[in-house]
Amino acid sequence: MGGFFKSSIGRKVAMALSAFFLMFFLIIHLTVNMTSVFSADLFNELSHFMGTNPLVQFALQPVLLFGVVFHFVLGFILEWKNKKARKVTYFKNNGAANSTWMSRNMMYSGLVILAFLVIHFADFWVHEINVKYINVEPADPTRYYHELVEKFVPIWRVVAYSVAFILLGLHLGHGFTSAFQSMGSTAGRKRALQNLGKAYAVIIPLGFIIIALYHHFNHH
Amino acid sequence: MALDSKVPEGPIKDKWTTYKDKINLVNPANKRLIDVIVVGTGLAGGSASATLAELGYNVKAFAYQDSPRRAHSIAAQGGINAAKNYQGDGDSTYRLFYDTVKGGDYRSREANVYRLAEVSANIIDQCVAQGVPFARDYGGLLDNRSFGGVLVSRTFYAKGQTGQQLLLGAYSAMNRQIARGKIEMFNRHEMLDLVVVDGKARGIIARNLVTGEIERHSAHAVVIASGGYGNVYFLSTNAMGSNVTAAWKIHKKGAYFANPCYTQIHPTCIPRSGDYQSKLTLMSESLRNDGRIWVPKSLDDAKAIREGRKKPTELSEEERDYYLERRYPAFGNLVPRDVASRAAKECCDAGYGVNATGEAVYLDFAHAIERYGKEQAKILNITNPSKEKITELGEKIVEAKYGNLFQMYEKIVDENPYKTPMMIYPATHYTMGGVWVDYNLMTTIPGCYCIGEANFSDHGANRLGASALMQGLADGYFVLPYTIGDYLSDDIRTGKIPTDTPEFDEAEKAVRDRIDFFINNKGSKTVDYFHKRLGKIMWDKVGMTRNEKGLKEAMTEIKEIREEFWKEVKVPGQANEMNPELEKAGRVADFLELGELFAKDALMRNESCGGHFREESVEESGEQKGEAKRNDKDYAFVAAWEYKGEPADAVLHKEQLEFKDIELKQRSYK
Amino acid sequence: MKLKLKIWRQKNASAKGQMVDYDVSDISEHMSFLEMMDVLNEQLISKGEDPIAFDHDCREGICGMCSMYINGEAHGPDRGITTCQLHMRMFKDGDTITIEPFRAAAFPVIKDLVVDRSAFDRIQQAGGYISVNTSGNTQDANTIPISKHAADEAMDAATCIGCGACVATCKNSSAMLFVGAKVSQYALLPQGQIEAVDRVKNMVAQMDLEGFGNCTNTGACEIECPKGISLDTIARMNRELMKAHI
Repeated sequence: MGGFFKSSIGRKVAMALSAFFLMFFLIIHLTVNMTSVFSADLFNELSHFMGTNPLVQFALQPVLLFGVVFHFVLGFILEWKNKKARKVTYFKNNGAANSTWMSRNMMYSGLVILAFLVIHFADFWVHEINVKYINVEPADPTRYYHELVEKFVPIWRVVAYSVAFILLGLHLGHGFTSAFQSMGSTAGRKRALQNLGKAYAVIIPLGFIIIALYHHFNHH
Repeated sequence: MALDSKVPEGPIKDKWTTYKDKINLVNPANKRLIDVIVVGTGLAGGSASATLAELGYNVKAFAYQDSPRRAHSIAAQGGINAAKNYQGDGDSTYRLFYDTVKGGDYRSREANVYRLAEVSANIIDQCVAQGVPFARDYGGLLDNRSFGGVLVSRTFYAKGQTGQQLLLGAYSAMNRQIARGKIEMFNRHEMLDLVVVDGKARGIIARNLVTGEIERHSAHAVVIASGGYGNVYFLSTNAMGSNVTAAWKIHKKGAYFANPCYTQIHPTCIPRSGDYQSKLTLMSESLRNDGRIWVPKSLDDAKAIREGRKKPTELSEEERDYYLERRYPAFGNLVPRDVASRAAKECCDAGYGVNATGEAVYLDFAHAIERYGKEQAKILNITNPSKEKITELGEKIVEAKYGNLFQMYEKIVDENPYKTPMMIYPATHYTMGGVWVDYNLMTTIPGCYCIGEANFSDHGANRLGASALMQGLADGYFVLPYTIGDYLSDDIRTGKIPTDTPEFDEAEKAVRDRIDFFINNKGSKTVDYFHKRLGKIMWDKVGMTRNEKGLKEAMTEIKEIREEFWKEVKVPGQANEMNPELEKAGRVADFLELGELFAKDALMRNESCGGHFREESVEESGEQKGEAKRNDKDYAFVAAWEYKGEPADAVLHKEQLEFKDIELKQRSYK
Repeated sequence: MKLKLKIWRQKNASAKGQMVDYDVSDISEHMSFLEMMDVLNEQLISKGEDPIAFDHDCREGICGMCSMYINGEAHGPDRGITTCQLHMRMFKDGDTITIEPFRAAAFPVIKDLVVDRSAFDRIQQAGGYISVNTSGNTQDANTIPISKHAADEAMDAATCIGCGACVATCKNSSAMLFVGAKVSQYALLPQGQIEAVDRVKNMVAQMDLEGFGNCTNTGACEIECPKGISLDTIARMNRELMKAHI
């Protein structure tokens, strides 16, 4: 593969590969979270497994972290390079005439998602590290469900959460098919992929939002 | 100087092969020492540049556009002829040769045409190997269509963009040589003079159109491939930049200009809509396979339509005059281009024209739509189909065949040609005349060659459809690269041609003086003003039909415009910058000289042949009454004009045409 | 009709340019856009001003020379056409029309609306050809049958006119539709297979070197392309490059 990832197309493929990984992760994440709606016990069990299994903790988690950082950093680099490819901008540009808002603003939907991830890390991950390694509290395999429910009590948090996921929806609305296109998917699969992409971009964020709303209204 | 066509002896079938076997070659090591300039990079120039470079010569290629891919060869739609006989319908080299000579109304040189037919098959092999995506049938083999009323299917095509695909093929071959460093490409450069040293073409003076710099380029031979001069009419289907300048400059330096009056007026173009019109758009001739051409029978209806009081669809069958079908029952709407064009003009001149300008006739698809609709209904087993259903089915078939042309028409005219008949009118399309060349494609200046549409070519007085692409590529790929070697074999010890010589000084000074004149002239009228006036005279008096009185007037009037041009022309901007108006001024100045020679040639040729129709020379009686009358006894020659200052003073040299392998016949389409 | 025009004027490559306002009147709706520009230029010359330089040649939508960014779109608001095929009936009396050159770092402005697209030529020179001698001594054209489907698809890709509207339109100034079209044409034909690996590598490398941006699959190029070149050509180029490296 000598030099492949140095080429523009290679970078695009790298972007797509990391996107595939993250999109797969989103499915797992949503599935686990969704159990909280149906069964507190199952949710606790899965969360505990995820939180304590060494394979998940020390192999998959760093890979995930790397995937997230890689996708963001490469995204920024590409955006910066692409901006450089047009030094004088148009006096009048009618982008809406030929492309969707989401396809032109992946950078901004991405930034909102990034902002959300920062909060998300502060809420859960920092908390986890604190519980497990710093203040080392006694292992409580049932704490996860309560912690989750507690987070969705304030309405502002639910709103912010929903907004972030709507932006994720828009990001995926372009990103899903875009990743396949970058990987060179053939013309024959185009229509099926577009439909699948639309479904994915709606179902994933909607799932997360439903969970938030469910817990907010159910425990108030 | 007596004209020597240098046609080799021997039977016509063997001439080219025997000749190639005997001409001098340049050894590969010596080719590296030889430079060749090619001006123009369309099909002819592009293919010649690529092949010469591949053979090992150092090629310098010049194009006025920003890339060789833009040359106007790209606009050819229909196809390219080749005697492949893939369809097994009896085609052969001889038949293609015969059709071309007959189509050209027996005014071309037999040996050249035979050679063209001979190499035509190689062109297709070559282009397929280069990745040109010709249309194919379901078995994966190349598809052919019949074109321009010939009796065999020998036309290869790539949708309606054959010229584009062939040009991109030649361009890709050029790119390969540019990458190897064998072609040095000069885009946005215009040749403004030829440099002749000791009687031989040794270089050119060119202007860099971006910076305005005047450059000297030397070479051991110069090839002119600058296309046709149809823009002398101002309005034509040529590109805006197409011009005669390179060809005219070599004419002024000693190359004879042959048959300038042979011009092809294409019958199916979109009519002019107003005075602002800058160019005319051609629609493929294939439309005449299904469309029926008509005008109203009564002058009142024609007037009502012109004034918008009546619609063509309101006229009943009895009120329409399908004049081609009426006059030429055997060929009907498929008569050759020149015949169809003249008939349209006669109708409009008589007051039957149908658009606001009075210069248009109808091309109607209603019958075709109905016919195809009924056929489809039968195929689909629809019993008693409604009129609407038939129309719907028929329109689908017409769309499949001509969809892109209909769409183009609708974009330009803003009328739906499925519902209302198209309007068409003839427009200048191709010039058969051009720089005189011998069998080697060399002009009367040693070392100066001319290929493609720019030379007086193999098409005689009229070109058959799908033959322009064939000739351009034949000249460039397969003829010139051989024949030029014979000349260059004497030049292997010459060494690099210096550019700091008096001949270059003189040529450059003349170019600079002319540019300075334009920039400094305090005129009051734009270049286009003069070009439009020239175009109007050419169209009215040296157009589809010509007569002695009109031609004499044209010569006087063109001379007057030329004199006024040199007093009153206004060119804005500077010489040392990109200046499109300055470029135009130089080109129009040359058109103003060519136009007069054109009229002079038409005046001299008092016969009607091919695209040249003299009102004085028509059949007086019998079945052919009123049709063109050729005069083989007095005019079976190529008229090659020698420059003597004023175009009116040009001296005529005749190359007698001999027909040993074809019997001369009257064309009849009745 | 009467129109207000805002047009980019720039004396030469190194000069600083700006938008300049012009008024034109007596414009017929049947005029082509470039004929409207001709009218304006005739007026400017008569007034002793420098006419607006713009590229154009065939004026029938096939040479690829014309290149204007009109009201924020390459080749203007109509679809499937070049600037020269755009007609004034697309506009209304009193409209303001902005006209800018195709913008990209790889397409530097030469003068006014004229840009330098030689980067496209250099990409083609890097591999946009099949290395076959033009001797005519090739095998018979029908020796290798090519499926009609592949031939038609190759033709669809080959209709690219190299105008650069894709680059001008793309928010990233990416040239991938142009390169993808050429790579696709040869990838679909058996004659193109021999050099397939080197071709795609070299052409993509040259494209990157010229300073075009990367593709983010917005699809804008496909919409604005006057010849309707499909985004699938880009996907095919991506595949070809991956194949070439594996």
